[in-house]
Amino acid sequence: MKTEITLTINGEAVQEAVTPRTSLADLLRDNLRLTGTHLGCEMGSCGACLVMLDGAPVHACLVLAVQASGHTVKTVEGLNESGEIADLQQNFYERNALQCGFCTSGMMMSAQALLAANPGPTRDEIRDALSGNYCRCTGYEAIIDAISATAAQRMTNAGEAQ
Amino acid sequence: MTSEKAHIGQSYRRESALRHLSGRGQFVTDLALPRMLHAAFVRSPMARGKIVELGVDDAAGSPGVVRVFTAETLNGKCEPWIGTLDHFANMQSSTQNMLADGEVLWVGHPVVMIVAHSRAEAEDACELVMMDIEDDMAVVDGNAALMADSPLASSGISSNMCFQTVLETPDLESAFAQAAHVVEGNFNFGRHTAVTLEPRAIIADFDRSTGQLNVHHGTQTPYQFQDVYARHFGLSEGKVRVIAPDVGGSFGMKLHVYNEEMATVAASLTIGRPVRFVADRLESFVSDIHARDHRVSARMALDADGTIVAMDVDDMTQIGAFSTYPRTSVAEGNQVIRLMGAPYRMPDYRGRLSVVFQNKVQTSQYRAVGHPIACAVTEALVEYAAEKLELDPFEIRQRNLIADDAYPHTSATGYQFEKLSHQASLEKLRALMRYDTLRDEQATLRKQGVYRGIGIATFVEITNPGATFYGVGGARISAQDGAVVRLTPAGDVHCAISVTEQGQGTETIIAQVVADQLGVTPDKVKVVTGDTDTTPSGGATWACRGAGIGGETALRAGRKLQAQILTLAGEILQADPTHLKLANGAVVDATTGNERITLAEIGRIATYRPDTLPNGCDNSLTAAQHFAPSGYPFDFTNGVQASYVEVDIETGITRLLKHWVVEDCGRIINPLLVDEQIRGGVVQGLGPAFFEECLYDDIGQMTNATLAEYLVPMAGEMPDIEIAHIETPTLDTILGAKGVGEAGTAAAGAAAMNAVNDALRPLGARISQTPMTPLRILKALGHV
Repeated sequence: MKTEITLTINGEAVQEAVTPRTSLADLLRDNLRLTGTHLGCEMGSCGACLVMLDGAPVHACLVLAVQASGHTVKTVEGLNESGEIADLQQNFYERNALQCGFCTSGMMMSAQALLAANPGPTRDEIRDALSGNYCRCTGYEAIIDAISATAAQRMTNAGEAQ
Repeated sequence: MTSEKAHIGQSYRRESALRHLSGRGQFVTDLALPRMLHAAFVRSPMARGKIVELGVDDAAGSPGVVRVFTAETLNGKCEPWIGTLDHFANMQSSTQNMLADGEVLWVGHPVVMIVAHSRAEAEDACELVMMDIEDDMAVVDGNAALMADSPLASSGISSNMCFQTVLETPDLESAFAQAAHVVEGNFNFGRHTAVTLEPRAIIADFDRSTGQLNVHHGTQTPYQFQDVYARHFGLSEGKVRVIAPDVGGSFGMKLHVYNEEMATVAASLTIGRPVRFVADRLESFVSDIHARDHRVSARMALDADGTIVAMDVDDMTQIGAFSTYPRTSVAEGNQVIRLMGAPYRMPDYRGRLSVVFQNKVQTSQYRAVGHPIACAVTEALVEYAAEKLELDPFEIRQRNLIADDAYPHTSATGYQFEKLSHQASLEKLRALMRYDTLRDEQATLRKQGVYRGIGIATFVEITNPGATFYGVGGARISAQDGAVVRLTPAGDVHCAISVTEQGQGTETIIAQVVADQLGVTPDKVKVVTGDTDTTPSGGATWACRGAGIGGETALRAGRKLQAQILTLAGEILQADPTHLKLANGAVVDATTGNERITLAEIGRIATYRPDTLPNGCDNSLTAAQHFAPSGYPFDFTNGVQASYVEVDIETGITRLLKHWVVEDCGRIINPLLVDEQIRGGVVQGLGPAFFEECLYDDIGQMTNATLAEYLVPMAGEMPDIEIAHIETPTLDTILGAKGVGEAGTAAAGAAAMNAVNDALRPLGARISQTPMTPLRILKALGHV
């Protein structure tokens, strides 16, 4: 038994028929082939599947697709194309803040949410904000550095804009 | 840039990182093939039992199900495997096949395979399988497993001892008899697991029309699996292609043969459609290899001035019901007993190893195989000795480290060291961490009731292994690598190489090495890895061989192509090739550096106008090169780490304040990537030191097999890590690079344990078990 849902994903209207148990992550990855959202634990522990739901990060593995009906979702593909995380991406690249790349889109979701709420976080605050993002490769320091550099640049740019 | 070494040694960024940052990774888990089916497994709920009856009719009729396999219907398709190697004398392990046949041997042992249109439908059908298993007494504890009345962990073994060995120098007993001081300890190193963020993933795609098997496999060793699939399924190697695209972490875990991967291949061979298996996190915990699980009793003899004269070590390690294939579960313990005391002049040694079967998940090679255990035991005993002799931790190490001018050196366990830099590394660490200031700070805070500790750990790491590692034991595991480098018609460079990429930056450093040989920038070098059809055969990535062996292969291939280009340029220019060289994307005059002809022009002429070349001129612009390490059996690296911690003696919680590493991996190809390998490695060593442990109850049930209960190191708990280097290139190769991937993991836990014990010392407490959980620290303090 499938349910019709309509939602906005990365600025595009999407209409899909899904089973009630289909997660938002499976809708994104399997139905829509937005494979930049990854699945690491399917229980909300690892943060690999974080996406923006109405502007706030959620675990796509814990949200049912039907719950997202009528809402707005942004994935790494959308944030990439809109350019809104270009500075974050550049700093991750420069600082080598990723190795295998599996945690990276989730890391950027947490970073983006943190910087929206707290534009000048301390290193400890950044570490706290990533408490739900598991990375096995980097040891985290490079990720903290990249987010910290992005925060500093955004603060400078905001200062210049005023 | 015209310097011959312009690109080696620089921190080039990784092009593949840009794909990942854009959400354009290409993992096996992302791949969907036409008509693809999905596999799920019914697993044993108990550690040991007899299969009385399997009822699969309801499952077979479940919506979406295409096939249901049991041992009876699947195992015949696969030549069984045995995880033994000849150079581990008298080792034993039972024969394995894909699905449990007659007996189940660990919780998680696959019994029934269901193939359906979706994973969800396959899982639904798993619920309908009727499985009647008669519970048998499980072998859970390794010491109990060695008792005469213990049941056997599987029916195919004569005892629960998989392998036993002893290394002993002739004067061991007298060294201890005459020693002024003996310190000793019993150590317990918990069982943990890799927890790669991308779980194990495979899609097997057999095309009956051509007999071609393509396997998309998240692994670090595609050629090894090409060989395994060809031999075990009776296919010719040329009809087996293994493709490893982006791999979401491997760390040794994804190079072992697993029941589920073999079953997925067998299912595709049977059905003739692509079959996908991706482990979910719960299955990962009960089917990915586990690691470590050692009980070590050890003692160290010293003379009156604190010179280490001998160590005597007994390691009992518990490996599950089988030894893994094709690398065995013995290599870990073997390296534990051979790496003991490795940084020190220590002349005498005895190491005993017992590798024991039990009914748990198999353990096997995982990042820094054996190193963390050997390092933690050695460095703890050095610390105990320093305490006993009232020597500073730096002082006792200075007295005992192999001197930097005393190479070559052979260790008491038989390892040959070409040249290491322990003394210089120790000195550098002392300055890097501002040791004296830190001690002052520690003393001041202690007066205020704050218990901070400083721990040091020196280490030796095995890298660049030759064929003595596995090949001599009969394993079809390549110690050599291969590269094909070509100049494209437009004058770009393409390099296909057998070493593989899991995010460490293999492709980037290979591009740097090749670029330097051909006078181009690394962005002009496209590097292709991870596909047995498009790259030459080789060992790929394990045991820290990518930079040292892969890099040397690329260097030699690049030089071969350089010679071809210069010869061809000589023909075109009517010049002596020895008066030409490559720089700035062109052939230049070797003396003046003036451009003579661009690489693009050479590519154009050789490709589109070979008719204009002199008669008989070879227009080949492709060079193939293989390289196998020779000289020393391994290129050892060395280093030293320090950990600074604060222990809350009321709660037992340890806060990691800072970590330092001085490391010598020989020639550094890319400083940024080397440092990030070390940082990641350190955290992978700190995880099991404080958090990670696969907990089992007394009937062999893993009790924390979820990512909510199994604790991994997260950003909030991990320290910043400061790194410095000494560079002692190996003279075995032109490149001089050694490995670095395991250095961080090798000694981080040892340094941390010493730091915790340094914090606890004024309270008379000591811990010698990992992970050092708050409860265990409180127990050490006598608070609980």
